This record gives sequence, structure tokens and C-alpha cells, in this order.
Amino acid sequence: MNITEKIIARASNRNSASPGDVVFANVDKLMIHDVSGPGVIKVFEEWSKKGIQLDKVWNADKIWIAEDHFVPSADRISAENISKLTKWAEKFGIKKHFKYGLGQYGICHTLSHEEALVLPGEFYVGGDSHTNTTGALGALAVGLGHTDIAYAMKHGRIWLKVPETLLFKIIGKKPPHIMAKDIILKIISDIGTDGANYKTMEFAGNVVSQMSMEERLTLTNMTTEAGAKNGIIEPDVVTDEYIQQRTADSYKPVLGDDPHYLEEYTYDIEKLEPFVAKPYSPQNGAAARELQTVEINKAYIGSCTGAKLEDLRSAAQILKGKKVKVRTEVLPAAQSIYIKAMKEGLIDIFMEAGAVVGPPTCGACCGAHMGILAKDEICVSTTNRNFPGRMGHVESQTYLASPLVVAASAIKGKITDPRDVSN
Amino acid sequence: MKGIIHKYSRDNIDTDVILPGPYLKIHDHDELSKHAMEGIDTDFSNKVAKGDFILAGSNFGCGSSREHAPIALSHCGITAVLAPSFARIFYRNCVDGGYLLPLEIEKSTLEEISDKDTLEIDLEKNQIHDMTNGKKFSISPFPPLIKKIIDAGGLMYYKE
Repeated sequence: MNITEKIIARASNRNSASPGDVVFANVDKLMIHDVSGPGVIKVFEEWSKKGIQLDKVWNADKIWIAEDHFVPSADRISAENISKLTKWAEKFGIKKHFKYGLGQYGICHTLSHEEALVLPGEFYVGGDSHTNTTGALGALAVGLGHTDIAYAMKHGRIWLKVPETLLFKIIGKKPPHIMAKDIILKIISDIGTDGANYKTMEFAGNVVSQMSMEERLTLTNMTTEAGAKNGIIEPDVVTDEYIQQRTADSYKPVLGDDPHYLEEYTYDIEKLEPFVAKPYSPQNGAAARELQTVEINKAYIGSCTGAKLEDLRSAAQILKGKKVKVRTEVLPAAQSIYIKAMKEGLIDIFMEAGAVVGPPTCGACCGAHMGILAKDEICVSTTNRNFPGRMGHVESQTYLASPLVVAASAIKGKITDPRDVSN
Repeated sequence: MKGIIHKYSRDNIDTDVILPGPYLKIHDHDELSKHAMEGIDTDFSNKVAKGDFILAGSNFGCGSSREHAPIALSHCGITAVLAPSFARIFYRNCVDGGYLLPLEIEKSTLEEISDKDTLEIDLEKNQIHDMTNGKKFSISPFPPLIKKIIDAGGLMYYKE
């Protein structure tokens, strides 16, 4: 069995799990945020009208809450949602509630790894599609809708179809201007936004072994954009060090054992160019240098995909001592990352370059608030999705790229390969 | 089931199109229904009658996990979406929430059914009858667990 199958077998109390098997699996951890949380509460309200009551959640200690999408409260409705969610969490004894303006908070997927809320080998479900992110820790991390999360919250279980697995071996010598974002955008441009539909994307190879945890998280984060049920990387010494720095909780790593894969792909990235996804799909790939005539209105460095500490360091490396030519927004993905970036002097670099630095939020990434695009505006962004209307007006355009490409583009005012800006 | 088709042939109609991000803060089902398909057709909610169907390209519902998407469609009156394939979370949300039926069709069927055709769908025979042009098409049968959840009226009413 591969790692995903082994975790499903363990979680469903079976000796084995094979692709196509349908099982009910026990959940180890569960997450909701300020959009899915009120959605889940609404599901419980609807069930209550039909005589199904929620007297208690299956395990309040295994559930955690993030405030990330509409914070700082975008308007009255968002404020009411957070207020309602807070009261509900208190009623059911959920204590791991990361509130904005009250210590550590940030984007749910960033908190999952930054706070080691999920451990290798666990089965984790989250009320958000990019829950896949956390699979870089060697966990089975699956995104679900409100009804499924409500069911899991009540019963501690949810049904799963054991997925087929695609193995992506990333090999070769990684050029310095290439980041995980370039690699995963290249993969999605090859397999398409439904290329891994219902499947697992597992990553391996010397490039992945040598990658930091934050870079690995970019790979698994973007598996959602290929339709994958989950993205996963076998835990190793990098995983162990990352976890040990963040929690004293022990875990038992799960590794593949005579693994089976539906298909194996090998990517030698030695000659890979900085890579971008054009509007209006993450699969619409092109080399950054092919797009150097595209003038932009905004550069965005934010989200669970592209505002981790190393993403900010990469952007700062380009922006240091330079001035941005277009509106540039930098939003660290969590308070802890913001603090580290500040101590390292990265925030000074961004602000002196002319960028605005904002608080952690999903706001602009999902076109909700705090920096949305006008009609015909063009943005180059470290985020994950660029469907019509994703970051604002339905006729605005988003190019997805690595933090290096976004920072280089901010300086030139058009899409730019990081090799084409002088240091 | 009998209703009128609203056809949007493009592939990868994502949840930002079905129910745009700014409305994610809304959880009132009737209010959400006013914004259904706003990213592709701003007049959608006025066109749809109870019992109607959507016909769309492959990978319908890709993108986010927002259950707002099937809720908005269902509260407009849509009872089934017909597409060659669906994104996984959207599919689960439709079935587990008991909102509407995701029906998988052949790719060629997409071309043979026209916008505003009247369809009759027989779930026992897994068959579509296009009453406007007289043609018949097949639907992929539901896997056993999915069928049981649909028959139960949603995951909450399903007994493991």
C-alpha cells in the first residue's frame, strides 16, 4: 500500500485499502473557518428542524477554528458570522479558536502546519478545498463541504472512496530561480485542472527530499487545482525537524510499503523556466519570459500558497533596494510569519519598496475584500486560482506565479522572469 | 423528473462562477439563490423554474469546497446537473447535502441536447429522454453508496 492507502486502512480499522474501496474512516483532526463554520452551523440548524439534534461534537479537542476569509471583518454580515461562530464554539467547548487580533491567527492552512495542529499519519478533514496543503506533513488531508464536515463533527467519521494515486518524481538539479510554485504550475499545465480528479497526487524524488517543508506545502496546496482528493509527501527528516520545532506531541510516521501507483510521472526540472498560469485557469501555463509584454496593474504576495516565510524571503530578495512600479500588496499568511518577517527586516524591505503590507487574510485571494480587482485590471499573484472573477471583477485577470516572479514583475510593471532583474 | 435544460457548454465551470466569492459570507439559502451562476449568466435565477436542469461541460464545480454552490442552484429550482464529469467536492456536496443530483453523461450527449430542450430523466433506467428532439441518452449509474445516500435524502439520514 502507498501512504494514502495505509492511512485510510488504519483510520477505517481495516488491514488493507485498495483504490475503489468505499469506507467510513475515523477522523483525527477537523478544521472550520469563518466561511465553512457558519455554513456548518446552518446545516445543524436545518437538521434540527427535522429532528436531528447536535447535543455535543464528537471531540472538541480535535476540532480547531480559523478566522481568515472575511477578517478583519469586511462588513456587518462578516462581523455577525464571526460573532455567531465564537458563541457556537464556546457552547460546544472548542478551545482551539485562532481569533484575529488576539495573538496567533492566520490562514487556516498555514496554521495547520505553522502550529503543527495536524501530525504525520493523521486523517485530517477541513472545511476548505485547500485542506490538501497539510498533506506535505505526511498526513491524509482532505477538503470537504459543510454537510460532510457537520457529519464528521457529530460522528467523528466520514465516508471516503480510496483514491487511485499518481506519483510525481521531481528530479535533477533545481535552478536557484525555480520554486515549488513553478514546478506545480508546470505539472498542472500538463495534466489539467481535472488531471487528478478524485485521485491522490504523491510527490517524491531528490528535489522533493531536498525541499524545505514550506516549499513542499506549495506543491500539496496546489493539488486542489488539479482536482486531487489529496496531495501527500512521505514524512522524512525534514518533516520530523519541522514538527519537533513546533510541538511536543509525538506521532508515528506512516510510510509506503510496496506502494502501488496508477501512473508515475518524472519531471527533470534542471531546464525548467520560471512558469506562470495565465487567465482563466491554473492549467493555462506559459514561461514567464513568453509573457514579458503583459503589463500589470497589481502584484499580490499573499495566501496559503504564497505568503509563507520563505515566500516572503524570496520576494524580499528581489525587492531589496528597489521600487515597485505597480500597486503591490504583501500579506503574510499568519501572525507568527508576520513577526518573523518583521524581525528579519523583510517588512522594511517591502514598505521601502513602496508596497503596502497588510494583516493575514484570504480576502483578496478569493475576491472577497481588502484589495479586489477592477474590470480589466491585470494582477500577477502568488495565489492558487485564477478562474473568472476569482480576485474581483469577472473581467479582471490573474496570472499565477512564484513569489520571485511576482516580485520581479512588481519592479518592472509587467510580467518578468526573476533572472531579468538585476540584484 | 421532467424539466427544461439550461445549457452552458464550457468545461471547468468553477465555484467562483457558480457562486462568486463575495457572497460566501451569506448563509441564507434564498438570498444565495439570487446569485447562482452570476459569473456566467447574471440573469440565471430569473430564468430558472422549479424542476429545471443544467447541462454543462466537463469538471463542473471545480475550485472551492463552498457548499453555497449547490445550495444556490438547488434553491433556484435546479434538481439535477448533467455533465460529463464533476469536481469531487462539488459532487459530494450535491449528494451528501441532498440538494440536487449530479448526473454523469457521455461527452457526445453534451452536443446533442440544446438549450431550452425539455428532458425527462428516468433514474430507474438511467436514461434521458429529450422530448424536444426525441433522442434518448444514457446516464452513468450511481455507485452503490451514493445511491443509498440519495435514497436516504442526504448523508444525515443515511444509516451506516
